[in-house]
Amino acid sequence: MKIPLSYIFRNLWTRKLTTALTAGGMALVVFVFAAVLMLDAGLRKTLVSTGTFDNAIFLRQSSQTEIQSAVYRDQASLLETLPEVARGLDGFPLVSKETLVLTQIPKRGSDKPQNVVVRGLPPLGIELRPQVHIVDGRWFRAGTSEIVVGRSISEGFEGVGVGERLRFAQREWTVVGVFDGGKSGFDSEIWGDVEQMMQAFRRTAYSSVIARMQDRADFPRLLDEISGDQRLILDVKQEPLFYEEQSKQLSTFISILGITLSVIFSIGAMIGAMITMYAAVANRTGEIGTLRALGFRRVSILAAFLMESVLLALVGGAVGLLLASFLQAFTITTMNWQSFSQLAFGFDLTPKIVLVTMLFSVFMGLVGGFLPSLRAARLEIVDSLRAA
Amino acid sequence: MYYLRLVFKNIFRHRLRSLLTIVGLVVAILAFGLLQTVVNAWYAGADMASANRLITRNATSLVFPMPAYYRERIKAIDGVTAVAISNWFGGVYKDQSFKNFFATFAVDHDVFFDLYPEFRVKPDELLAFKKDQRGCMVGRLIADQHGFKVGDVIPMTSPIYGGGTWEFTVRGIYEPKDETTVTRQLYFHWDYLNEQMKKRFPKRAEYAGVFIVQIADGSRAAEISQAIDKEFRNSLAETLTETEKAFSLGFVAQTEAIVTAVKIVSFVVIVIIFAVVANTMAMTARERLAEYATLKALGFPPVFVAMLIVGESLMISALGGGIGIALTFPVAAGFKSAMGSMFPVFHVTGQTVALQALAAASVGLLAGIVPSIRAANVKIVEGLRFAG
Repeated sequence: MKIPLSYIFRNLWTRKLTTALTAGGMALVVFVFAAVLMLDAGLRKTLVSTGTFDNAIFLRQSSQTEIQSAVYRDQASLLETLPEVARGLDGFPLVSKETLVLTQIPKRGSDKPQNVVVRGLPPLGIELRPQVHIVDGRWFRAGTSEIVVGRSISEGFEGVGVGERLRFAQREWTVVGVFDGGKSGFDSEIWGDVEQMMQAFRRTAYSSVIARMQDRADFPRLLDEISGDQRLILDVKQEPLFYEEQSKQLSTFISILGITLSVIFSIGAMIGAMITMYAAVANRTGEIGTLRALGFRRVSILAAFLMESVLLALVGGAVGLLLASFLQAFTITTMNWQSFSQLAFGFDLTPKIVLVTMLFSVFMGLVGGFLPSLRAARLEIVDSLRAA
Repeated sequence: MYYLRLVFKNIFRHRLRSLLTIVGLVVAILAFGLLQTVVNAWYAGADMASANRLITRNATSLVFPMPAYYRERIKAIDGVTAVAISNWFGGVYKDQSFKNFFATFAVDHDVFFDLYPEFRVKPDELLAFKKDQRGCMVGRLIADQHGFKVGDVIPMTSPIYGGGTWEFTVRGIYEPKDETTVTRQLYFHWDYLNEQMKKRFPKRAEYAGVFIVQIADGSRAAEISQAIDKEFRNSLAETLTETEKAFSLGFVAQTEAIVTAVKIVSFVVIVIIFAVVANTMAMTARERLAEYATLKALGFPPVFVAMLIVGESLMISALGGGIGIALTFPVAAGFKSAMGSMFPVFHVTGQTVALQALAAASVGLLAGIVPSIRAANVKIVEGLRFAG
């Protein structure tokens, strides 16, 4: 015979302060746990949406980032002739030859300059990234000192409003627009005309070349072609894989730090649950005896107290998750060590995270409630009735 | 005196509950201490910065080099006593994991170690290093971690400079002056790097990453920085000179979001444990309400009753906090060796210990206050009627 759920629920309700404190502690642990998972998911989402599998990116051999890479003009021209590269309606190859440099701009509300990516690209480069749209002003014109800034840059940094001028590489650049990169890494970049950038930064080589493939299934053929050509000392990768590698260190760091913290914190919360449940058992010794005398089995008592603990943890978990869901309004900007530049990314609450977090809180409830429930189930009827 | 004995006896009335609460406190105070130490480790570079050293870098950003001949022009500026080039080599040993990471710099071998007196070098080893163009000096931390001995050859690759595998022979191991000194770097000859570049990529030869500038008088840092930057104004590579400390803090600022998150989280754990201790005290006080009424009936003032509860709460916190603080040192040492070279400096400061003690004391005080007010105000008749 099972003990009704309403009995379990009322027990929690009677001791409101204790319930609130225990569930509150658990809610905070769940909050930290969920926040870390959300941050990691947000980072992944940002980087995966930065690229498409239709685009291939070419870099100098063994350079891990666009900053380190150099692709010479003759190499870039050779790439345009590859049969796997798609062509536009006008017959020209869909290839964007780009240059990437870092400059420093102060963050809003601080005077410490931060590394920001400046990407020089031809107008075709914009077409190769269909997720990018202008939201304010207009695109830069080729052959001018005009630049457009990503949404995260325009929100997070000083002096980058439309119409304002930025000074770097001994030139003044006018901001003419703000673009939205669809929550991708491009949101943290500044874009301008590639030839102007190369002149200003006195570069003779491009940093990377992006090519649209006829068909994403062509990639293995493209890979063979590149490694077989002596003139092209280049690496080629599909964009999403490239961007995922870019943030591997940061992502690993966030996961390790977060999981370690969650584990340590959950010990505290589980101890809290254990204290509460032991007290509940002690207070209700007489009640337990009565229940047993009425014919409820030991297993039912065990289940009832475990349920109470799990219910407590679920309340905590739900509150923690609710708090964490508000984090989605925030964006974090920090340095990605591998690309050595600032990257903005948000908290992303996925159904999987909701499930994992709730399982985590149930787990805390079970572990915290197990020993006290066992004690409750082991009480002898006579002793417990006498205790009351 | 009998007051303290009463408090002490009270703690042992619910041995299991007190023990659990203390264990929770130990975990929380320990976690808090470790997190504070992690934050401090972030500032390690800034802590070892000397007021007598300036860093000159390219004004656009750190990734742009400067012509190597700037060295002679900086040396000629009034107040400058020595200048050394330092290039970030970005060497990769074995793989790109955090565990195997250490910093690699190509430096002016003849003056570099004179600029850094905090690196203790043996004179004969230093001489051997200066004589061998392919020699290198490694810090104590990486020597211990990877078992490098004098005479060992370290193979490395560099995604920045390319050129396959570079081999450096260990000519000496430098020791830290004190626990703030970072010894996670490998230094080799800039001349060697430069010669290799001349052979392989002539365009990339004769460039310096940063200049480390030694000045005689630290109080003239601002003035000399300006003089250096003025020297190169309107040249192809304009410079930005700042004190070593400002330079290091600039790096920290790039990852400020992570530091802030760790700081916030370290206080969250204190709130979690507060909930646990407050819960324990609330339950304890509720159970003993009849007792408190008896004490009051015997003529003890309400303040005495309140002090009993606050005292118990404080004593539990002191026990938990004390054990937590004591455990911080061995755990930090274990953490440091487990993390390899990720945190080159991981040292528990006096300030951290003070913060831990403060946190434990506040938790104890706050957790005792609410239940003590209730107990102090309880009406004797009501309390005596209350059965717990």
